[in-house]
Amino acid sequence: MSNKDLHHLGVAQLSQALAQRAVSATEAAQHFLARVKSHPELGAFVALNEDATLAQARAADQKIAAGNAPKLAGVPIAHKDIFVTTDFPTTAGSQILAGYQSPFDATVVRKLAEAGVVTLGKLSCDEFAMGSANENVAVPAVGHDQAVPVRNPWDQNRIPGGSSGGSAAAVAARLAPAATGTDTGGSIRQPASFCGISGIKPTYGRASRYGMVAFASSLDQAGPMARSAEDCALLLSTLCGPDPERDSTSLDRPAEDYSRSLNESLEGLRIGVPKEFLGDGVAPGVRAAIEAALTEYEKLGAKRVVVSLPRTELSIPVYYILAAAEASSNLSRFDGVKFGHRAKQYADLNDMYRKTREEGFGDEVKRRIMIGTYVLSHGYYDAYYLQAQKVRRMIADDFQNAFKDCDVIAGPAAPTVAWKLGEHGDDPVADYLADIFTLPGSLAGLPGMSLPAGFDGHMPVGLQLIGNYFGEAKLLNAAHRFQQATDWHTRAPEGF
Amino acid sequence: MSLSSSDIARIASLAKLDLGAAESERMLTQINGFFDLVERMRAVDTHGVEPLSHPVAAIEDVTLRLNADVVTEPDNREANQKSAPAVEAGLFLVPKVIE
Repeated sequence: MSNKDLHHLGVAQLSQALAQRAVSATEAAQHFLARVKSHPELGAFVALNEDATLAQARAADQKIAAGNAPKLAGVPIAHKDIFVTTDFPTTAGSQILAGYQSPFDATVVRKLAEAGVVTLGKLSCDEFAMGSANENVAVPAVGHDQAVPVRNPWDQNRIPGGSSGGSAAAVAARLAPAATGTDTGGSIRQPASFCGISGIKPTYGRASRYGMVAFASSLDQAGPMARSAEDCALLLSTLCGPDPERDSTSLDRPAEDYSRSLNESLEGLRIGVPKEFLGDGVAPGVRAAIEAALTEYEKLGAKRVVVSLPRTELSIPVYYILAAAEASSNLSRFDGVKFGHRAKQYADLNDMYRKTREEGFGDEVKRRIMIGTYVLSHGYYDAYYLQAQKVRRMIADDFQNAFKDCDVIAGPAAPTVAWKLGEHGDDPVADYLADIFTLPGSLAGLPGMSLPAGFDGHMPVGLQLIGNYFGEAKLLNAAHRFQQATDWHTRAPEGF
Repeated sequence: MSLSSSDIARIASLAKLDLGAAESERMLTQINGFFDLVERMRAVDTHGVEPLSHPVAAIEDVTLRLNADVVTEPDNREANQKSAPAVEAGLFLVPKVIE
């Protein structure tokens, strides 16, 4: 194949071409950098450092030439701008971190770099990963002199989903073969669904949170976003693993090779479809695509069973209480002293804190800090925060009941396809309600993924698969077999 | 249950946010809109249910590790202070606190 078509290769194909020296890491990096620069209209990237990227690529080429290359040597990927990086600025999409340069790399970034991955740049996200549309961005995108929302490559008048919207748009538009994302309440699965790509969030505690700018510590998890389950498996096997020195919630479970079981048969696999996930709130076109995907699974030998997650709707208030509470605590570190923005004019220390934070944070971030501060304040803690943690356990228990009757759970990743930019206007609750199918799995800390399963009109629909704890291999196996039988994941938006 | 403007002012003060008047007004409406959703959660009978913080604790004991109380980090002051708004002689500068 000619080098001008390199962007059509996924991670597995590209790493093979690199290992066989059909293409060099430097050529691959140059090709993708040129593509990124030729598509500023998407607003997907917020930082490039071509010198650093090409230096990483040259190092990969040397290892390949010396015959001691790690398994992903020379594969270019991009990181969500929530992971701190020494070679690129890190903003988490926020003005309060404008110009911040991390003295260290996030563990996920380091693990991927050790496997030979080359970093193309940093990807736009909702500020501090708070959002479902990637409209809450406060830093300029590459090729722009101001902050812009990310646009969906399938229809540029629509949102890509969020908060990992830059990651999803970049992968869908073939600006990068894969990207990292983070998922607190659906921020990998929902944008993957909206942009027609594959993305997986592992069990809470599988991937280190060290160097991920903290939003809600009991929910945040990193994961890969790519075009296929096969590519996700390669990257997930690399980025997971215990990090006992750096992340106290990282679980002491060795990393697995998720590629190994991709081809296992699905004969007899019990797929549980929660009746709450296909109710009236689901768009008819989304339901039709999900039904067709479930029929395809039956052809592959799986059995469909009905299960129930009776507290699905409650997951919205529970999540937005817990996440806001944890965010208000985590974001108290942004005070204009140690890093980032400081207000120019202030009367005293307290006034400096107040003005710095007022200027540095965007609306949605302030809203969540306010909600979180309130529910943690004296006299309200038991009624809100503690009550939410109790209902969280009931939601986790509901999943264990459902898993008595099934091996994986399936349903839509979101009730609709991607909506139009600005459509939810000034109503944050409209965004919150759209998270209904990803929040329950997040609260329970379960692995979940989204894979392309068809279209509603011209927009992609994602099938969500949720596994039991540590069931990532089963999810990727089920997704890969589906992708062997269908071609939804190979479809590219027009013009890309 | 509904918050009032004075609640918003009190919370903003705790959260160290200098909200403007129009912003406070908008925030009040939006936060009250959200708390309408929360009422159903408050009504759930959670008698005897243990709160869940580390989600994997739903199926197995998860004890948070304690690291040994020893120095593991090298001195990296310069890099750590590189992004600070005001630094002098290796110290973070803040407005005068004690008169």
